Amino acid sequence: MYRWGMVIDLDKCTGCQACVVACRQENNISFAGDKEAKLGRAKLWMNLMSEVKGSHPNVEMNFLPLPCMHCDKPPCTKVCPVEATYKSPEGIVAQVYPRCIGVRMCISNCPYTVRYFNWHEPAWPQEYKKGLNPDVYSRKKGVTEKCNFCIQRIRKAKWNARKEKRRVREGEVIPACVETCPSEALYFGDLNDPKSRVSRLSKSRRAFRLMEELGTEPKVFYLKEGEWDEG
Amino acid sequence: MRDNEAIAQRHHKILSPLTKTGWPFWITTGLLSIVFLWSFFAFGWQYVWGLGETGMGHPVSWAFYLVNFVFFIGISHAGTLISAILRITHAGWRTPITRAAEVVTVFALAAGPTNILFDLGRPIRFHWVAIHAQFKSPLLWDFTCIMTYFITCVLFLYVLMIPDIALLRERFPRRRWFYNPLSLGWIGSERQERILKKASAFLCIAVIPVAVSVHTVVSWVFGMQTQPMWHSTIFGPYFVAGAIYSGIAAIILVAAILRRVYHLEDYLQPVHFNNLGILLLTMTLLWFYFTFAEYLTTLYGGGVDELAVFWTKLTGRYSPLFWLMVLFCFVIPFPILALRRTRTILGTTIASVSILIGMWLERFLIIIPTLSQPRLPYARGSYMPSWVEWSMLAGLSAGFMLAIILFSKFFPIISIWEMEKEEKERDEKVT
Repeated sequence: MYRWGMVIDLDKCTGCQACVVACRQENNISFAGDKEAKLGRAKLWMNLMSEVKGSHPNVEMNFLPLPCMHCDKPPCTKVCPVEATYKSPEGIVAQVYPRCIGVRMCISNCPYTVRYFNWHEPAWPQEYKKGLNPDVYSRKKGVTEKCNFCIQRIRKAKWNARKEKRRVREGEVIPACVETCPSEALYFGDLNDPKSRVSRLSKSRRAFRLMEELGTEPKVFYLKEGEWDEG
Repeated sequence: MRDNEAIAQRHHKILSPLTKTGWPFWITTGLLSIVFLWSFFAFGWQYVWGLGETGMGHPVSWAFYLVNFVFFIGISHAGTLISAILRITHAGWRTPITRAAEVVTVFALAAGPTNILFDLGRPIRFHWVAIHAQFKSPLLWDFTCIMTYFITCVLFLYVLMIPDIALLRERFPRRRWFYNPLSLGWIGSERQERILKKASAFLCIAVIPVAVSVHTVVSWVFGMQTQPMWHSTIFGPYFVAGAIYSGIAAIILVAAILRRVYHLEDYLQPVHFNNLGILLLTMTLLWFYFTFAEYLTTLYGGGVDELAVFWTKLTGRYSPLFWLMVLFCFVIPFPILALRRTRTILGTTIASVSILIGMWLERFLIIIPTLSQPRLPYARGSYMPSWVEWSMLAGLSAGFMLAIILFSKFFPIISIWEMEKEEKERDEKVT
């Protein structure tokens, strides 16, 4: 059994937001528009958080790419009254759009605030519609959506591997954000394979997870920035 | 049963709203109907364009509808519960107010969960909560408890009204088709009386744990989530106390209005308002105790995430609402209810209105500040209700009032047979 996980090296992240754009492109994330975005209705399965520290001339900026943490003990799945969200055997916290009735309790119980709701019918600019990814399930207004580690790519890789009667190889499947990162700050792979890159990096001394004290056991690991080690 | 004609004569004031309908009735119901129907338009608007027509967003993804849900369920809390407790303890003064209290419960309980329907992204799939039931979700505990409570309360109201319906059946031959099936062939025989006594005794006992469970579980919808200032063990009893608090206030307000409109001064006397006022005073203190304990524990504990929410409420963006809540829930009602001189009908009514506003604010302050200050310091947002949400609150309140008014036009709002029984017992004692 695979156990998909991600490692994000904060030392390498330049804050270019390529991951954010790639994610939107891959997963057909609809456009919210300026007005809606101000109400916090922009959907960003992969979001880039930034923090400015200090004042001129000693300014420091930190970045934090924030996808779904794919918790091993997800607080969001257990509160759903209709089982529209669940943790797959491979550890992916997935959303079943046709089942979702839009209660939004999963959103309010997610401590990482990485679940997004379709407040209106999803919309794209006309010229953009031709570029929509046909492999991705479409969403309607009134349902919740979220990062799923590009589950469509994982599925494809697994089919190919099954045809050849082998396991999915290291690097054979990566989500759009990982694929696009120009500074190669993102890694993706099978945490169950002790030789995989993510599994080794996740045990590194620099590795940490967000809000580990909550006991959610995320499968997204961060690697500390150099400066953070001193402080 | 004693002579129907004599009973009807003696209690003609209770029965007169069923026969006489003046222009104030038509004006009131007309206005309320317009507001009520307007909310259908608002809901249709929201249904077509999506929940984005409300003021909700990210991270405040639960707002007005949840506030109204908790508020109306809270109102539903005192009626049947108080009625049952007063019956069990044989509090003699209860008789004229129990029926009105039970009616408030039933209609508030119908209004409360409707908000969940408004809040759904896909309301047309509401029944999936039953079809795909997941008992690990606190929302399903809610669904189960509220349904049980609703059925128990409707039964409670109905069973204790059967003798009165039988009286109406005899009294209004033209409405016989309506009252006859509802009266279940009540003729007041000894066997029937015995069954009624048993049934009401059973319902009185049964409704108390159900009522307590309902608001506990409503609180768990928030308490079970790991969000700052929601994840608290005190939430169950805190919500139950708050619910009874706002519920008694609602009963006093409804009783005062009915007394004035239907000229029921002989039945609803100052002593009733005084006694209910004392009950309300107890709840005022209890509410203050719980609120104080909750906030002090948060402050002293000093959790970073909790304090962020704490200070938004006390000194931050939501502080005006917070201090208004303290004003309406404690500063205004406490002195009015504590002093015998001001614990009059007018005094208790003013205190009740104040408490109802204050308790609505309390629910708002429990739900929204927590969502606006999540643990991760990135997603931050404020919330301002849109016209759709205001319309739904107005429509729901109008529907609630309309239901009570219409009820009072078809059924006696004071239990006639219980008044009779009491009088009979009093006479027997004298002789």
